[in-house]
Amino acid sequence: MDWSFMTEYAPLFAESARITVMIGGIGTLLALVTGLICAWIMYFRIPLLRQIAAVYTELSRNTPLIVQLFFLYFGLPKAGVVLSSELCGIIGLTFLGGSYMAESFYAALKTVSVSQIESAESLGLSRYQTMRYTVIPQAARAAVPPLCANVIFLLKETSVFSAVSLADLMFTAKDLIGMYYNTTEILIMLAAFYLLILLPVSVLFSLLERRMNRGRI
Amino acid sequence: MSGNIIEIRHLRKAFGDHVIFSDLSLTVKKGETVVIIGPSGCGKSTLLRCLNGLEPIQGGTIYLNGKPLEYGRKSLVKIRQKIGMVFQNYDLFPNMTVLQNILLSPVKVQKRNRREAKEEAEQLLEKVGLREKADAYPDALSGGQKQRTAIVRSLIMHPDILLLDEITAALDPEMVHEVLDVVMELSRNGTAMLIVTHEMAFAEAAADRVIFLDGGRILEEGEPQAFFHSPQTERARRFLSAFTYSES
Ligand SMILES: Nc1ncnc2c1ncn2[C@@H]1O[C@H](COP(=O)(O)OP(=O)(O)OP(=O)(O)O)[C@@H](O)[C@H]1O
Ligand SMILES: [Mg+2]
Repeated sequence: MDWSFMTEYAPLFAESARITVMIGGIGTLLALVTGLICAWIMYFRIPLLRQIAAVYTELSRNTPLIVQLFFLYFGLPKAGVVLSSELCGIIGLTFLGGSYMAESFYAALKTVSVSQIESAESLGLSRYQTMRYTVIPQAARAAVPPLCANVIFLLKETSVFSAVSLADLMFTAKDLIGMYYNTTEILIMLAAFYLLILLPVSVLFSLLERRMNRGRI
Repeated sequence: MSGNIIEIRHLRKAFGDHVIFSDLSLTVKKGETVVIIGPSGCGKSTLLRCLNGLEPIQGGTIYLNGKPLEYGRKSLVKIRQKIGMVFQNYDLFPNMTVLQNILLSPVKVQKRNRREAKEEAEQLLEKVGLREKADAYPDALSGGQKQRTAIVRSLIMHPDILLLDEITAALDPEMVHEVLDVVMELSRNGTAMLIVTHEMAFAEAAADRVIFLDGGRILEEGEPQAFFHSPQTERARRFLSAFTYSES
């Protein structure tokens, strides 16, 4: 094991990790917002928007992220729209993640039974109050586990960003392997940095889940 | 004022082509306890749901305190404060404690002072024997306790009438009594109620009037003693005989 090599390139890995976290973080956050909006549209069966959301989720779920990225990075310029690698990464992740988030939020809303809603309405609660006091709190609880799974899934998906020249962890690793052939050291560093990013997220979420379960007795 | 809390005139209710009621009329007077019985699927739940606007109706008029019901969102919110409803499956909100369940509507819908509402909630809980459960979550309650909580949640609104739809049907037998005791007490105190139940002994004890519903019509209507001991129609006789075990 070449330790000096590893210490020499650790700062480079750290810098790429920063990019992975930043682009991954922004993309995941926007995916969450997209997911909330789509789930709302699906739940209230808002005409027209609902059909659009359906087409979007099918498109998004049934094409690989790398294809979506290629489309943004190599396809769009043909139509005169040139996007930076960073922007492609963010848009790509949002596009992919939005549908996964939408599905899990929608499913979470659906776990609240019709009789719960009728019970709220028969107490005189308005539609808004019914959502706010009964449906959303219950749905939020149900949404936490799939939300955690989605966030981790999306952060891992960032590893294909290198395909559009984004200088993320994967990109740096491939680059270094191409130059120095220190495959073992580089792969260990790569895995270590991904763990460094994902482990805290994972631990945070399991704490959150445990807390929510305790709250309910 | 006619003294009628609820007056249903020529109600028509259908699900698509499936007509449940073609022309149903019924009144509940102030302070009266009316029990509806009838075979499964005859429309008992549907009738109660029409009364508080959970089901749209296809014809006729429902009067609440002499005023015809309107089905706009705003008017429904008002109506539902006047008509309390308790369902078979408790449907307490699992994300709230007993007290929070009870206070939701008075505080958020009726905009009552929280402290004052809380005091009343505690008095009501005391009355149904649940004072010490105020801070418990529904998960930690027995079926009977949940159902008593649901009754209190309706009562605190000071409704003009309570609609109870088979509120003991999902309970273990030993819990039925504690819930029916509460309803019996309400009946004695002159709370107007429209009750759907399969508990015949309770119906006979609590009802001022019994209505036998079948085939979308009121087949029989009368005093409980008369109805339970000498029903006029063959259909009611057969229905009632199903509730008493006899070796054939
Ligand atoms: N949402 C609905 N859509 C279509 N049909 C319905 C709907 N709700 C009820 N029905 C039908 O209306 C009829 C009356 O149902 P309802 O639930 O009122 O009966 P019920 O007298 O309360 O029966 P039970 O004693 O079993 O509770 C049934 O035939 C039922 O299938
Ligand atoms: Mg029913």
